[in-house]
This record gives sequence, C-alpha cells and structure tokens, in this order.
Amino acid sequence: MTATDAHIASQPSPDASPVAVVQPALSIGNVSHSYGPRRALIDVNFTVEPASFTALLGLNGAGKSTLFSLVTRLFGIQNGQIKIFGHDISRTPGEALRLMGVVFQPRTLDLDLSLTQNLLYHAALHGISRREARLRSAEVLGRIGLADRAASKVRDLSGGQMRRLEIARALLHRPRLLLLDEATVGLDVKARADILDHVRQLVAEQGIGVLWATHLFDEIMPGDDLVVLHQGRMLAHGPMSRVIADAGAQDVNTAFMRVTGTATLTGKAPT
Amino acid sequence: MSSTTVTPERSGFSVSEYIVCLNGIVWREALRFLHQRERFVSALVRPLVWLFIFAAGFRQVLGISIIPPYETYILYEVYIAPGLMAMIQLFNGMQSSLSMVYDREMGNMRTLLVSPLPRGYLLFCKLLAGTAVSLLQVYAFLLIAWFWDITPPTIGYLTVLPALVLSGLMLGALGMLISASIKQLENFAGVMNFVIFPMFFASSALYPLWRVQEGSPMLYYVCQCNPFTHAVELIRFALYGKMNWVSLAVVGGCTVVFMIGAILAYDPSRGLVRRGPGGGEA
Repeated sequence: MTATDAHIASQPSPDASPVAVVQPALSIGNVSHSYGPRRALIDVNFTVEPASFTALLGLNGAGKSTLFSLVTRLFGIQNGQIKIFGHDISRTPGEALRLMGVVFQPRTLDLDLSLTQNLLYHAALHGISRREARLRSAEVLGRIGLADRAASKVRDLSGGQMRRLEIARALLHRPRLLLLDEATVGLDVKARADILDHVRQLVAEQGIGVLWATHLFDEIMPGDDLVVLHQGRMLAHGPMSRVIADAGAQDVNTAFMRVTGTATLTGKAPT
Repeated sequence: MSSTTVTPERSGFSVSEYIVCLNGIVWREALRFLHQRERFVSALVRPLVWLFIFAAGFRQVLGISIIPPYETYILYEVYIAPGLMAMIQLFNGMQSSLSMVYDREMGNMRTLLVSPLPRGYLLFCKLLAGTAVSLLQVYAFLLIAWFWDITPPTIGYLTVLPALVLSGLMLGALGMLISASIKQLENFAGVMNFVIFPMFFASSALYPLWRVQEGSPMLYYVCQCNPFTHAVELIRFALYGKMNWVSLAVVGGCTVVFMIGAILAYDPSRGLVRRGPGGGEA
C-alpha cells in the first residue's frame, strides 16, 4: 500500500467521493510562455506523482515563478496543458484548484488579522462552513504548534511562524497537491529545516504530492524527484540519483552545474 | 513511482459554498474596515465638511428652484445631500480598488484569485463587500445630517437603500476596473485626480444641471454623459420615494459594463493587465 492509499483508507475526505483512477498529481505538458518577445518557458514537460516530493530547481529567472503562476491560474496558458489529478486547469479550473494548496514566494497573509481569522477567510474562499472551518483551524494550528497564538495578529509572528501558518492554510481545504514557491527564502537555518521536515512529513503520512521550487541544493534529499529548469527550458527530470548519474556527477551541485553549464557554489546556486 | 491515487469526481459548487464564500469576503472586508477606524472617520468628515462649510457658504449664492423630486423650495444643504452620499460611495469605491492594488502588491490578492470558485463570482463578492461598507458610511452621514435639518421623508431612508446598493456597485465596479489596469500603488494617486474629481465636479452633485446649462452647454452635455450624475439623481429621487428611470437605466447599464470589464481584466486568459515575470503583475 502506498502512502496515498494509506491516507485514503484512514482519512476519507469529506469533500469528495473517491474514485480509484490512476492520475499524476500534476501534469505539465508542453507548456510555453512568453512575455512579449521574451520567452520565459519553452516546452516544459514533467509530472509530479502523488506522495512524492519533487524539487523544481533553477536559478533566479529560470521560470519557476512563471510556472507557478500558470499552474495556479494567475496567468492564462498560452501553449500546452496543465492538469491537476486529470483536471485541466484551463477547462475546469474549479475542480483543479480545489485539489491544490499553494504557498507563494511573497507573503500572502493579512497581517492585521489574527491567525484564526486568516484561516477562516481562506476556508470561506473554499466554501467550507464556519463550524467546520473553526474545527480545522484549531487542528492545523495545533499541528504547527501555534494553537496558543490563535488570537494573535499575524504581524506579531516570526518569519518562520508565518511560513508555517501559510503552509497550514494551504492544507486547510485538504488538497492532494501542494505547491511551494521558494517557501524558505529569508528564513534562518532552523526555521528552514523545520518547514522542510514538516512538508516531507505531509508527503510520507498524508500522501500529498509536493512541488517545491528552490534554488538551494541542500533542501534536496536523495529520494526526491528533480526538475531542473534553466532559462525557461527543462534540462533534466527524474529521480535525483538518475539525474546525477546521467550528468556523470557525484552530487546534485555538480550535476546542476553540468546540466545547465553554470558555475555554482556548494549548497547554493548563484543568483 | 506509482501514480495510484484518487480523483474527486465532484464537480461544480453547491449554493451553500457560494454563500459561505460571500459571507467570508464580506466578513473580511468588515474586519479590515473596523481595523481602519481613521478610514471611517475620514469618509465621514469629507462630506460633512462640504455640508457644514461649503454648503453654508454657498447657501445665499446658489438659489435652487423647484425641481423634481422636490416639491417646494429647498435649502442648498438639502440639495447637495444626495450628491454627498454619492461622493461617499465614489470615494469608497476607489478606496476599495486602492486596497485591491495594495493586496495585489502585498500578495494577498493571490489568495482570492486561487480560490476554486469562479473568479467572476469572487470579484462580485468583493464588490458587494465594498458596497456594504459604503452603506454603513452613508447611513452614518444621514444620521449626522438629520441634526443639520436634512430630513427626508422617513420612508426615504428605506427607499434609498436599493439605489445606494446599485450606485455602490457601479462605482465599486469602476474602481475595480481601474485597479486592474494600475501597475503600482503610487500610480493610483494620479488616477484619483483624473477620475474622482472630474466625475464629482462634472455632475449634478453640487449644482442642478439647468444651472450648468445656463453657464456652459458643453459642460451640461458632459454632465449628462457622466454616470456619476445619474448615480446622484437615482439617490436623490429614491431618497424622496420617487424613481428616476433614466438614471436607473444608466446606472444599471454602467454597473454591468464596468463589472464585465473588471472580470475580463482579472481573467488570466483574457486579462487587460500586462503581466510580467516573477509571478506578479508587471
């Protein structure tokens, strides 16, 4: 039994009647995107499987944020197709977005509202009743260790706590795919490690598919899938070990350097 | 890795989900409004300054003949009260769109836009929330104005409500449409000058249009084409339990047009907004 199966067996979602279908959590098919004459994404193809952690690795300007904006339907798709568990984001955006939780790179919390109020607002945007939303909010705040701060204003939280709250918020409607766009930027080492552990735990225990955009190599683990994006092109995709082997390298840092033809620093890609 | 998982086959949204979403957006707008008390005060002070100072000064200068919906001679303060009510809504509509630009810059807007409910509906909820806030401000103004001898018929306080909702929606939709085309918060001040003041002064808010026609026929036609004029007249008539059908048609039509424009502007596939890299609007 996979982690996903285990999750389904133990925690049937009240929001959906499950039907067994083989579908990737996220499928990006031949996606291209341009800003006027500048091509930001060129024929990008990859999938994110359920219960997997896929690291989207690329330097600043590689096209990661553009890809996130396309997947979340902030931008319209110019070429190609994006599906969330088989739902085309252009044709059935409601069904697709319902299955997805997102943590954007910039903070998207309302600083003047309390933690609970932020969560209740998010729940309302997903049509979750107030009573159910209160239950879920208390549950997720407890899980991220912020139950005692429920009534505090978000403004009073630390950067790491805000990120944890954003992740908790993204999971409030019980999505099966979680997108995180450079979620650890600006955090200290411990906060980064905590958040990474938390997300990996979600993959293992709840079978959530995760797409983790980053330019920090030390956030990638041997069991992860890897997508290397460089100047809008996808240069490598697969299990980390295979990407490293295909590049004839010893580690992900060297593999990235060889695949993209750039010089990097150990543990951190150049910006 | 195995691709075995489940796909929820539930499609569409229930009525209760739509209602919950509407309640949530209105609730958040109300919370934000309560947190910004100075916004409430300034929204009230502005029309009251016009009423207490400007109108008092101009009372002897501008004579108002008997024009519908009034059935007798009225004081200038009485004449401009509906215009000031519309002014509150105009400023509130623009303030709401200002907050949308702010939300977009701060990233909060993304939370709204990645909600699974239809984007047009989400924007409509946002519009309704802004209108609800403007109603609070207008009724607070009417309460204070009552002590200044601006006493429309009691039933007028009720009959004006639908007119205020419609005019609030129109002005909010206009603000939303404008906010979609604004790239940065700083640009908004310029737009305020090019939208709010021309709309307000080239209308029947401060002076009846027959007076304007005497002074400048050209300006008279400009005022007639100004949707804000019709919002003012719709409110003026409704406040006295009467209906101005032309104004109703113009305000209703403009609401629909501005709303469709705003939805198109925020539609990712057809948006009027030129979006740039980095996940934000360029």
